[in-house]
Amino acid sequence: MSNKVGDIAKSSETSNLVIEINNLSKGFDDLQVLKNLSLNLFNGENLVVLGKSGSGKSVLIKCIVRLINSDRGTIKVFGKNVNELKSKELSKLRQKIGFLFQSGALYDSMTIKQNLEFPLIRIKKKLTKKERDEKIEEVLENVGLTDTLHKMPSELSGGMRKRASLARTIIVDPMIMLYDEPTTGLDPETSSGISTLINDVQKKYNTSSIIITHDIECARATADRIIMLKDGDVYMEGNIDEFENSSDETIQSFFKEKP
Amino acid sequence: MKKLGSSSKVTKKAIFVKLQIMRLGEKTYKKKQEANRMFAAIGDFTLFFWQTLKEAFSLDFEFNEFLRQCFQIGYKTVPLISVTGMIMGAVLTIQSRPVLADFGAVSLLPGMVAASIIREMGPVITALICAGKIGSGIGAELGSMKVSEQIDAMEVSSTHPIRFLVVTRVLAATLMIPVLVMYADALGILGSWAAINIKGSVSFVLFFHQAFRVIDFMDFFPAVIKTFFFGAAIGLVGCYKGYTAAQGTESVGKAANSAVVIASLLVIIIDLIAVQITDMLL
Ligand SMILES: Nc1ncnc2c1ncn2[C@@H]1O[C@H](COP(=O)(O)OP(=O)(O)O)[C@@H](O)[C@H]1O
Ligand SMILES: [Mg+2]
Repeated sequence: MSNKVGDIAKSSETSNLVIEINNLSKGFDDLQVLKNLSLNLFNGENLVVLGKSGSGKSVLIKCIVRLINSDRGTIKVFGKNVNELKSKELSKLRQKIGFLFQSGALYDSMTIKQNLEFPLIRIKKKLTKKERDEKIEEVLENVGLTDTLHKMPSELSGGMRKRASLARTIIVDPMIMLYDEPTTGLDPETSSGISTLINDVQKKYNTSSIIITHDIECARATADRIIMLKDGDVYMEGNIDEFENSSDETIQSFFKEKP
Repeated sequence: MKKLGSSSKVTKKAIFVKLQIMRLGEKTYKKKQEANRMFAAIGDFTLFFWQTLKEAFSLDFEFNEFLRQCFQIGYKTVPLISVTGMIMGAVLTIQSRPVLADFGAVSLLPGMVAASIIREMGPVITALICAGKIGSGIGAELGSMKVSEQIDAMEVSSTHPIRFLVVTRVLAATLMIPVLVMYADALGILGSWAAINIKGSVSFVLFFHQAFRVIDFMDFFPAVIKTFFFGAAIGLVGCYKGYTAAQGTESVGKAANSAVVIASLLVIIIDLIAVQITDMLL
């Protein structure tokens, strides 16, 4: 099943595919963003996707949850082709996928508690109010935000907002996590805190994750495997050492450019 | 030489004509594209309207959000409407008084003012103010939610954003604007009484009696019906403009702005249609 990327030696522990993307293409008007891109995500791994801004990283993961409809190619999540799902099935599938948005996307008009309740009420319908409150408390503790329950998102700092947003994502126990630039715009210390959290989430909830970033430190801290996007396709694939020791100019510039 | 000169003149002319034709072609093409965009927008809006309608009749209705929106749209507009309603009535009275006085018909003043407030001034002025306040509010709110990916976030957490955001707001606007209009009508009539009392004194009972002697059900009923349409238009346009905001922060401002412009225009157009229909029926 996994011989498509058989060259990456991880097959022993990751023989089962979670996301399988084949020949995905997507363009806007006359701008071709993704061209025949193929990519696999295996169970339990952290896959880091690197790429310059504007290279289509966000478009890629938005196609996975069908926030954007792709033009050509197939995307299979748990073996189901997302482009062929009816809206009910799609909704079911989305419940298994956690999506951390680049901007955090906390609901401005709601307190942190209401933000966390929002998906909980709608996805975990069976929970009682007490169970919900407990769950909210637990998740907030996990991301280190215990006393912000009744604050508005605008009252939190950038790092706290990211963490609150992460809490809202993991509260419904997703099996796949998609992180869109989780550390962008944060100071190095806060960034490394977020990277640690990403690893904690993976261990604790045994999720498979795609982490989009152009923060090399974050990639170092979290990646099991890295792919680099360029011109709408996978430019290189490997682990962190292979990337750092690469003599390829594009990759060198990427790894030296940023502090 | 002469021949050459004239022939070059001819070619020059030919080139000029060719250029003109090309330019014309370009212009036609641009106009055609503009027209295409307009039709696309109308098609888009129709689709949006249809989706809203469909979601409005889906089983789980977001009641809490609906109540919150009623509060937001209704209650929070009360101060503004209070002031404008009062002033509207007072101004109308002060302006009409000299004309009626010339005919020696000042006693008709309350009735005339009440009729024009209830039939026309109250609904239209209130709706225009609401188009400004509520239309821009909704447009900016949904626009910024769209730009900051909150609408996407809602969608991936298995909540239909149209059901949660749009249906509740459109319904709240449709129900709250008629209430606001009636409230503005009442305050307008009160303002009129106050203005009459600037010169001479008329008891409120007498004023009220004079005002409502001339008003019957058919003054009131069509005016109320049209306010529901005003409300629906303001809510829908605000939501549509916000919901379809492009990427980037500046599109939030644009969404709010065009929501106000189009909603105001729609209010006037709906009013015209309503007046025509009422006229035909009477
Ligand atoms: N909804 C959209 N409509 C039009 N163009 C878009 C849309 N989303 C993304 N793009 C364009 O696609 C390209 C890739 O965007 P994106 O995936 O956000 O880049 P990044 O790799 O920085 O996340 C950009 O040039 C962007 O302008
Ligand atoms: Mg991006």
